[in-house]
Amino acid sequence: MPYTLKPDQGFDTDVEQTGYLKQHVDTGDRWVLNFGPQHPATHTTLRLVLELDGERVARCTPHIGYLHSGFEKLAEHLDYNQWVTVASRMNYLSPIANDICWHHAVETLFGIDLTPRCKVLRTIIAELARIQDHLLCVGAACLDLGAFTGFLYGFNPREKIYDICDYISGQRYHSDWTRVGGLMQDLPDEETFKRMIKNFLHADLTPAIKDMEGLVLRNRIFLDRTRGIGILSKEDAIAWSTTGPCARASGVRRDLRKDAPYLCYADNWDGQGAEAVKFSVPVCEEGDVLARFLVRLEEIKQSIKIIDQLIDNIPGGPIDTFADAKMTKPRKTDVYGSIEGLIQHFQLIMSNRGWKAPIAEAYGANETANGELGYFIVSDGGARAWRVKARPPSFINYSLMQKLTEGHMIADVVAIIGSLNIVAAELDR
Amino acid sequence: MTTPTLDHPTFKLVKDAFPGKKFLATEFRGQSTLIVEPADLHEVMVFLKSDPRADYCFLSDVSGVDYLNYPAEMPGRFAVHYNLICFNRDDRFFVKTFVNPSLPTDGIVPDPTLVVDSVCDLWAGAEWMEREVFDMFGIRFRNHPDLRRILMWEEYPAHPLRKDYPLRGRGERDQYKVVDRTSG
Repeated sequence: MPYTLKPDQGFDTDVEQTGYLKQHVDTGDRWVLNFGPQHPATHTTLRLVLELDGERVARCTPHIGYLHSGFEKLAEHLDYNQWVTVASRMNYLSPIANDICWHHAVETLFGIDLTPRCKVLRTIIAELARIQDHLLCVGAACLDLGAFTGFLYGFNPREKIYDICDYISGQRYHSDWTRVGGLMQDLPDEETFKRMIKNFLHADLTPAIKDMEGLVLRNRIFLDRTRGIGILSKEDAIAWSTTGPCARASGVRRDLRKDAPYLCYADNWDGQGAEAVKFSVPVCEEGDVLARFLVRLEEIKQSIKIIDQLIDNIPGGPIDTFADAKMTKPRKTDVYGSIEGLIQHFQLIMSNRGWKAPIAEAYGANETANGELGYFIVSDGGARAWRVKARPPSFINYSLMQKLTEGHMIADVVAIIGSLNIVAAELDR
Repeated sequence: MTTPTLDHPTFKLVKDAFPGKKFLATEFRGQSTLIVEPADLHEVMVFLKSDPRADYCFLSDVSGVDYLNYPAEMPGRFAVHYNLICFNRDDRFFVKTFVNPSLPTDGIVPDPTLVVDSVCDLWAGAEWMEREVFDMFGIRFRNHPDLRRILMWEEYPAHPLRKDYPLRGRGERDQYKVVDRTSG
């Protein structure tokens, strides 16, 4: 059936009466543009119905749910180790950060304190994941604004992070690396791991950041496209539950690594008085698209600082908490080599056994690249959670979309989506 | 199971501010939860946000829980769970309210008793979170500015995170007709 550019009467616009949107004035010249669900600049599958006045956005209605695949329902049918494979598919720009956060929540529920070695490794990898996410976000923003070079400069070093994930877990992308009370396996070789990380940070990442900043920060086109666009005030950022770089770019001084410290961000993480890692939290006051990118670029540098403090001080010892207790899966060598290991393995794996969780509920959250990623777990005492509610930062940041785009040009919509760093898999779950 | 230590200062604040109202409280691993009656929810939330001693300026999350056949005894079947943060004290506090259905829960017919007051007027960011709870559990929010389903489409015949909705068998892709340009 042929279709015309001007949509006719039956078009699904779902115009709603939300209080903060300006009253609809029909000038007769308005037209409706359906942006997405499949569009290169939406990054993944999300749809905006834009009501345009010329090229200016008069009203923007986001529709989400195209990638909804029932992650939370699946959590009620998979056990505490199995669901990490699903959690890791939420924010696929930094998959391993989801693993770490999910097991942080599970360990909060179980009351498990990790071993120092596990904490250091998780912190290092969580910071790598942050770098991975920010590099793509800033790079893709360049791509959306027409600078393909910036994208490639961001994408190249990301490849090295995948190599590191491949090395530690055997999977490049969805590493599924954490387990309840520990990790899937210890480092294959610590010296190689250290060398890989140091090489990456200083030989690949530092020059790449310099290049990206050079490409972006004095680039007249980029600045014109991002400065003063999509401004979010501090009051609005708090009222709209914004977290992460988007909130910090609006002057909200809040970072869970400082405010509710966990892993090596907390003092005395090794039980022997070790100090928390030192880093600062970059904050901007402007709240526009440019500020969000600046905060992200600065956070990459802070992450390098954090990893540098830890990489030469990885403590020895086991990676699993109390390996003889009933919470962690035994090493494969124990399963195949000892009767106790085999029994413990079956105790956790058999469908009528499994974890003895407390009948309670707990919430655990980490500061991931996009903001506060949290899991609220209700447990019925069995091997599987009764209910898992993810607090996906993308979902909550994206609810600002209507508010931020209204009144801007259609080209700015792309810049704003890029700066909020929407990941539709996390948005829809 | 350990007995909860109910020493969170906000419990006392709320109790003193609302004498005569019924509250329940619980705590686990240092996380304190206040359980309020659905009729008192909005009033308590206004207090928690605006009172300078409570000062919970940030709503982190809203989630729904279905306690059908849950092994422990619960005050109701569905819970709506609010996750509040006070920035000044770095304090996280949870508020929960329970509602019971009056109709069979396998469809999407609006249930007059599954209604909770919306907190969108206090925290604008609650809009999408409450829409998600509505979509997944069918709990409606009174005075919500725009209560539409958010992840599932409008005609979807169930609220899928309810416990009586099976993991497989309902709402599968092959049960829907394919719409393309020729279907006009």
